[in-house]
Amino acid sequence: MHQFQLETLAGAHWNIAGYNIAFTNSALWMAIATVALIVFVAGGTKRQLVPGRWQMAVETFTGFIDGMLAANVGKNGKKYVPYIFSLFMFILFANFLGLLPLGVLGLHPFTFTSHFSATGVLAVLSFAIVIIVGFAKHKLHFFSLFVPHGTPVVMIPLIFVVELISFLVRPFSLGLRLFVAMMAGHVLLEVLSSFVISSGNAGLGLFAIAGLPSFILMVGICALELLVAGIQAYVFALLTCVYLNDAENLH
Amino acid sequence: MPQIAQLGEYYASQIFWMLIFFAITFFVVGRGMVPKVMDTVASRDKQIAEDLATAEKLRESADAEEEAWRTRENANRAQAQDLIASARAKAGAATAERLSAAQIGIDADLAAAEKRIDEARLAAAAEIESVAAEAARDIVSRVAGISLDETAARAAVKESLAHG
Repeated sequence: MHQFQLETLAGAHWNIAGYNIAFTNSALWMAIATVALIVFVAGGTKRQLVPGRWQMAVETFTGFIDGMLAANVGKNGKKYVPYIFSLFMFILFANFLGLLPLGVLGLHPFTFTSHFSATGVLAVLSFAIVIIVGFAKHKLHFFSLFVPHGTPVVMIPLIFVVELISFLVRPFSLGLRLFVAMMAGHVLLEVLSSFVISSGNAGLGLFAIAGLPSFILMVGICALELLVAGIQAYVFALLTCVYLNDAENLH
Repeated sequence: MPQIAQLGEYYASQIFWMLIFFAITFFVVGRGMVPKVMDTVASRDKQIAEDLATAEKLRESADAEEEAWRTRENANRAQAQDLIASARAKAGAATAERLSAAQIGIDADLAAAEKRIDEARLAAAAEIESVAAEAARDIVSRVAGISLDETAARAAVKESLAHG
């Protein structure tokens, strides 16, 4: 569990309105993800007519987000491209940076997306945007989102409550899903690696029986974790798109 | 689980730095760079579409040009054929005229030549008569010792020439 441990790196006594905002290892990796993302996207803003590889890669990502918004929200979704792109790429970079094998260099990569206090901020942000857009665009009509078409009149109060709860659960599910997926993957890798090491310390026979299969399994799970890192970023962005669609177009 | 164990201690820090760095990401990358990238893609797509449209237009105009050239060429060819036919007819007529003119000249020459030949033959025949008469008179005077009258000798020669 040490890999999830927050450590104060600087500013142990920085306070804003009584809240301590110490610069932690988590904040450091947020900064690294931000810088890496800026460098990556800046490399794609050369604006060449015939794109190079780097520009092509960046354009692929923007095209991907643009297509996702066009498919889920429609042409009204174009204005959310900056937000969804930032969200997707920030989470993607955080997930991948946390998986980097920097341990061999003696560094400790920290996956801040494995903290619900971090993912929760993004989830609440997305949820807040959905609510603001919904009420700004549809005023109190936005509540009709909670009454699906064709609901019998007697059922309306009950359905309204059920839909409202499912709506209010969204930020939690959004934030928790990412946090759980990231944490589970890292814990799984840690457990398997501890098998490898402790069985190796116990003796050659036990290492052959338990350590080696665990190691082979780890290699596969590492690949799976890379996939999960991409998928979780995608799911977060996709669900935000779906929720934005509710806010933009109601039902 | 540090996520829960350290929550009380660090939640403010987590929220604060998350907001700070996500805001930087959003404003620098999302607002600053993504529109440029999207703009580049859009302008490229537009240029490709325009280039394709221009190429299509040029192809159409080339087709029209070729069609016009073909009709013009056909007209020219027909005109040339007409010209050749009329020239041929004219040349044929001129040739026939010149031939007939030449024929007339040749006929006239032929007639004149025949007349001259006839005259020459007549003259030659007369010459032969007088020479023969002279010779006959000479022979008679030598053989018979008589002097023949010229007209008598001529008559005798004429008679003998006529009988062969």
